[in-house]
Order: sequence, then structure tokens, then C-alpha cells
Amino acid sequence: MTKQQANWSPYDNNGGTCVAIAGANYCVIAADTRMSTGYNILTRDYSKIIQLADKSVMASSGFQADVRALQKVLAARHLIYQHQHNKQMSCPAMAQLLSNTLYYKRFFPYYAFNVLGGLDNEGKGCVFTYDAVGSYERVGYSSQGSGATLITPFLDNQLKSPSPLLLPAKDAVTPLSESEAIDLVKTCFASATERDIYTGDKVEIVILNASGIRREYMELRKD
Amino acid sequence: MNLADSTPAMNSLLGSEADSQRTLYPYVTGTSVVGIKYKDGILLAADMGGSYGSTLRYKTVERLKPVGKHSIIGASGEISDFQEIMRYLDELILYDNMWDDGNSLGPKEVHNYLTRVMYNRRNKFNPLWNSLVLGGVKNGQKYLGTVNMIGVHYEDNHVATGFGNHLARPILRDEWHENLTFEEGVKLLEKCMRVLLYRDRSAVNKLQIAKITEAGVTISQPYSLKTFWDFSAFKNPTVGAEGSW
Repeated sequence: MTKQQANWSPYDNNGGTCVAIAGANYCVIAADTRMSTGYNILTRDYSKIIQLADKSVMASSGFQADVRALQKVLAARHLIYQHQHNKQMSCPAMAQLLSNTLYYKRFFPYYAFNVLGGLDNEGKGCVFTYDAVGSYERVGYSSQGSGATLITPFLDNQLKSPSPLLLPAKDAVTPLSESEAIDLVKTCFASATERDIYTGDKVEIVILNASGIRREYMELRKD
Repeated sequence: MNLADSTPAMNSLLGSEADSQRTLYPYVTGTSVVGIKYKDGILLAADMGGSYGSTLRYKTVERLKPVGKHSIIGASGEISDFQEIMRYLDELILYDNMWDDGNSLGPKEVHNYLTRVMYNRRNKFNPLWNSLVLGGVKNGQKYLGTVNMIGVHYEDNHVATGFGNHLARPILRDEWHENLTFEEGVKLLEKCMRVLLYRDRSAVNKLQIAKITEAGVTISQPYSLKTFWDFSAFKNPTVGAEGSW
């Protein structure tokens, strides 16, 4: 009789999709609100987006318990930063912190797929995209999660971001206006919802610009 | 054979005498818990069964318990782990009371505490093998949440664990609405528990319903549901189905 092995997994995939688009003076970060496990929907109204600092908003999909723990760690670190430096963390600084936090658990990773969006020190939109162990890159737009494979090619076509290899470096931010970008995001989610079973219910869209932060919601198909 | 899995690092994860210190599988388990928000507060339902594998061994297990002044907890999964969770919660409430500052932990705080406990145990690969429902009312605010053994948690207007997710949630999605009266809420829960009784083999026909409102907690005396076994579909389950067993 062979020894009984553990028959549980410390990970689960709770699904969902995240998107972020950087503009000249704004940033749009969006995620659906569906939380699933296997073929079940657990809840239709769970936010995957958190505002970490004045000008940094993170959207994460993947294993919800890890996502929540990651959000708490970053929020706590930001609080300490504020106590020590008497100012808010900039978005590029938060980007580095997130990368380091993810790599810290390189050998038992946070199963979280993140996009960090916000405004950089010049007020320009910035988007950083990550893998589960902290590899990251600043880009003009990004999508992560279960619907990313459906959304990214569409965004590539619509936003035509220049290659990061070009010299002189070309601006990655989109020339689209804020309302055009929001519309594009809504289209992305409506399309992804059609074909990805883990995406749907509602999309939460957060817009960061010079005047502050605001939220919009759009209903999606519930099937 | 030299495998990466036999390195000292992996040994402690995959199997060694350290295993006798970690939970590998559950022994005595409770089945579904179902919870809903209603007009005055929260209603939780759970049967009183404790299964030992496929044997329905214990039939007077109380799986619904009050926590402090403002919350009730319902547990499914390993009963001994639930008993340990109750020890953790009793200590939590005790320390909260010892502050004697007029403040008391609400359901949101207790749910957050439980989530952290479950997640931390999962991180150490020694989980508490439970799915918990935590409901309560404080200062007029109703709260209903759930957390499972790997730390996945959420709140909603209706929640369920285990089989309840498959059988009860669809009924609740169709028939739950804001401001259910107490009678409507109980009827809805009984409908869910009846379906679970018919279709979950670890369900027993002896259940309790717990109610929590601003005024306090009431856990009903155990009672049984009326069942009807004369459905023609139950009598001739394979009629019309080709190649059925």
C-alpha cells in the first residue's frame, strides 16, 4: 500500500480579465467582476481593482486569495512609505515594488496576473504589465487573465503601439482621447465575454487623470 | 534515480515524517451550508450530519454557531478543524471583550480574521479543511461572506458551500430578492435544503436554521423536512433515457 499523497492544490484559478490603456494625460484600468471556480460562478460582483496610491491603480486576475494577499502587502508597504517619506509613491516606484514583491515569492508564487496603471511623474499615462513572478515592462496598453488572448490581438490592431526597440524611442501612449479609450475598453470586454466563459457579468472601469479618479460600470452578458 | 523531487527541499513537501504533522485528507466531514440575507438580517441553514467517508456516522453535529454578539458561523468540511476554528474564535472574542471599550468585532472583521487564518494555514501546506460561511448584522449593516480551505473568499447576498454551490445557488439566483420576510427566507432555505437532501448523498434529514438580526442570534431546534419520494422520475429513473445505467 503506497503512501497517501496530499490531494489538494494550494492554487485555484478564479478567472477574470484585466485591461489597461495609457493615454497622453490619462490612464484607463478595467477588469470584469466575475469570480469563478471550475465551471461554477461564485459571485458576479467581485472587484479585482485596487487603488494603491494617488496615481497607481492595480488590476489583478488569477487566484483570488493570492491577489488579495498581494493587495494587502502592497497597501501596507505604501503606508510605511508614506510614513517614512511624507509623500505618495509614484507609479514607476510602485511598479518596482510590485515586481520585487512578486519575485520575493519566486519559489511559491502569488498566482496573480497583474496590470498596474497610473500617471507617471510628468502626468503622462503609464501601464506596467507583469507575469506571476515579477517580470515587468512599461507598455502603452496591456491585458492579463483568462480573456487576454482574445483582447491583446484586438488592442494590437487598434492601438498600433510602436516597437520598444525603435531609436529614437517613440511614445507608447495612445493618441486616443479619454472617451475613445473607454469605448475601446468596453468593446474589448463585450467581445471577450462572448467567447471566454470566465469573463462576464460586469466590467468595472477606473479612469485616472489630472482631476483625480473616477469609476464607470458596464453590464456584460451573464452566461 | 536522482530526481529533482527527492532533494531535501522537496522531501518536506512531498512526504516524510513531517507528514504526520500536516493535514492530508479529511476524516469526519459536514456537507453544505447555505446562507441568505433577508430583510432583518441573515439566515443560515445546515444539516446535522457528520460523515465518516461514505458512512453517515454522526447525526447531531451542530455546524452553526454564534460568534460574539454580531455574527454566526456555519462550517462544512472536517469537523475537528471546525472545533479548532471555534477555539480560535473564542480566543478572538475573549480578547475583544477584555478591551472593555464598548466596541465589538462585527461580522466583516471576523470574516477577515478567518480569511487570514485559512490563507496562512494554506501557505504552510497544512490547511484547515473547511469551507466556512460567516454572516451577521452590525449597526444595521448586513454582511454575508464565505471562505474556503485555500483562502478564496467573497461576500454576496447568498452563499453556499460544497454541493450547495451546485444545487442551492441556482435556486437562490432565481428566487432571492431584497427584503425577503423571515417566513419567505426560511421557505427559500428549506427549498434549497430539500433539493440537497434528495441529491447529496452526504445530506441527512435533520437540520437547523440560524437567524441573526440586530437584536441577536437564534439557532432553531433540530427538525426534519417533509420529503416526497413518489415522483415518477424517482420511481422510474431510466425511463426515456437510452443506454442509461
